[in-house]
Amino acid sequence: MEFDVNIFVQQLVNPSYVSGAFLSVAVAVLSLILATAIGFAVALGRTSRSRIAQGVAGIYTWFFRAIPALLVLLIIWNALPQLFPVLRQDWFSPFIAAFIGLGIVEAAFMAEIIRSALLSIDEGQALAGRALGMSPVKVMLKVVLPQAIRTALPPTGNEFIGLVKFSSLASVISLQELLTTAQVGVNITFRYAEYYAAAIVYYLIIVSLLTLLQSYVEKKFVWTSRSKSKKPSILEPVGQGVQP
Amino acid sequence: MTHSGPEPMPETWSTNDPVLSVRNLHKSYQDQHVLRGVEFDIHQGQVKAVLGPSGSGKSTMLRLMALLEPADDGEIRLRGRRIGVREKANGAVALPERELAKERRNIGMVFQKFNLFPHLTACRNVMLGLTSVKGIHHKEAEEQAMAMLQRVGLSHRAGHFPSELSGGQQQRVAIARALVMNPDVLLFDEPTSALDPELVGEVLDVMESLANDGMTMIVVTHEVRFARRVADEVTLFDSGVIVEQATPDEFFDNPQHQRTRKFLSHVH
Repeated sequence: MEFDVNIFVQQLVNPSYVSGAFLSVAVAVLSLILATAIGFAVALGRTSRSRIAQGVAGIYTWFFRAIPALLVLLIIWNALPQLFPVLRQDWFSPFIAAFIGLGIVEAAFMAEIIRSALLSIDEGQALAGRALGMSPVKVMLKVVLPQAIRTALPPTGNEFIGLVKFSSLASVISLQELLTTAQVGVNITFRYAEYYAAAIVYYLIIVSLLTLLQSYVEKKFVWTSRSKSKKPSILEPVGQGVQP
Repeated sequence: MTHSGPEPMPETWSTNDPVLSVRNLHKSYQDQHVLRGVEFDIHQGQVKAVLGPSGSGKSTMLRLMALLEPADDGEIRLRGRRIGVREKANGAVALPERELAKERRNIGMVFQKFNLFPHLTACRNVMLGLTSVKGIHHKEAEEQAMAMLQRVGLSHRAGHFPSELSGGQQQRVAIARALVMNPDVLLFDEPTSALDPELVGEVLDVMESLANDGMTMIVVTHEVRFARRVADEVTLFDSGVIVEQATPDEFFDNPQHQRTRKFLSHVH
């Protein structure tokens, strides 16, 4: 059996691949948003002075870093509806289960990224904000967070790309994402190479777009008044500043 | 003259009373007793220079006055009103951070390392307190910020980020950022210590012009010549207490205390 280019091209333009790819990205985006929200709360807990908040956040991180994402998906899709009747209703779809499951697992990792980003900000920053009379919430939103985001962006980009691929785990709960789409085709035709090759192309496109998006967003956080296209060099002095 | 023990605090404030006054201030870190009963007054329009060896507690005193850290004991009054605490029947209780934030508006602080916000332009750095603390509209805040940058001679750098400014320029922006809030008193924590020697002058010039404009200022500094020329009163801090407090001429030419003479022999 040779590699049949026709079948490959047919699958490339097959709408089920497009919708599979769309589902994969959608699950990744929503779970990243959920993970960032929970992760931020967990990070605040871990850096908090309250023992209780530290404990709760610590247990969350410990638990969800230990449990495989696959197991969490199976629990959410199969076990929870047995325990909670509300989850047996129609609205609880594989899509919702997938993004919630991946989101709460990913939150444990995002928490660590956000925590280290928050800790990387010089203490003098919050001090200056407080000295101006800013409330704790304003200090966080206007002073610390914008700077922490810059630190957190590169590792978050990694996690985002990881989530796109992790979304293939949702095939076990019958979500028709990208890899499941390929697998279904393979099961019917046994044209492994062509169907998998089409999936590779889609993953490459998705991750390329995300990489572009990441570098675009990172450029927004360069903080110079000069041309935004200029790449920041690690050789440039930081802090004491460039003489005009 | 040295201070002569605790004086009774006035019940009602008049312009002849101190703007900021500190009584019996104590602060310890772990087993280190950093402030040991500091007494300090500053009147409207006065400039006080605080000298002293490193680790003598002078920066700690500023942080306590700016309500950035709680005192272990003693009281701080701004325009006669006790700040940083809520007075209750069984003693004073430290205010929660949200309440402290409101009281800090009236006290400006300039830091040794500038602490400008690196993600904001010079203009935005100066605007942030106006927009996010005083709730002033963006346009109006921008005008006030630009006027303040002009006052420190930096209106041409308004659109630049801190990383694009020299240390002296950064510190002048930091002064504008504190000044634009229109504080009752401006505290300077070694404002030129982190600067290259050739950049010190521009910052001291700005501070001197503020002093001439009648700003009430407490300046912790090692710049003896600045203290002599600009301050109304010079204070020597050592081991957590004020050792000597006098006019510049008396302080430098005729110090009363052995400790002051020893300190001056090192810095002259």
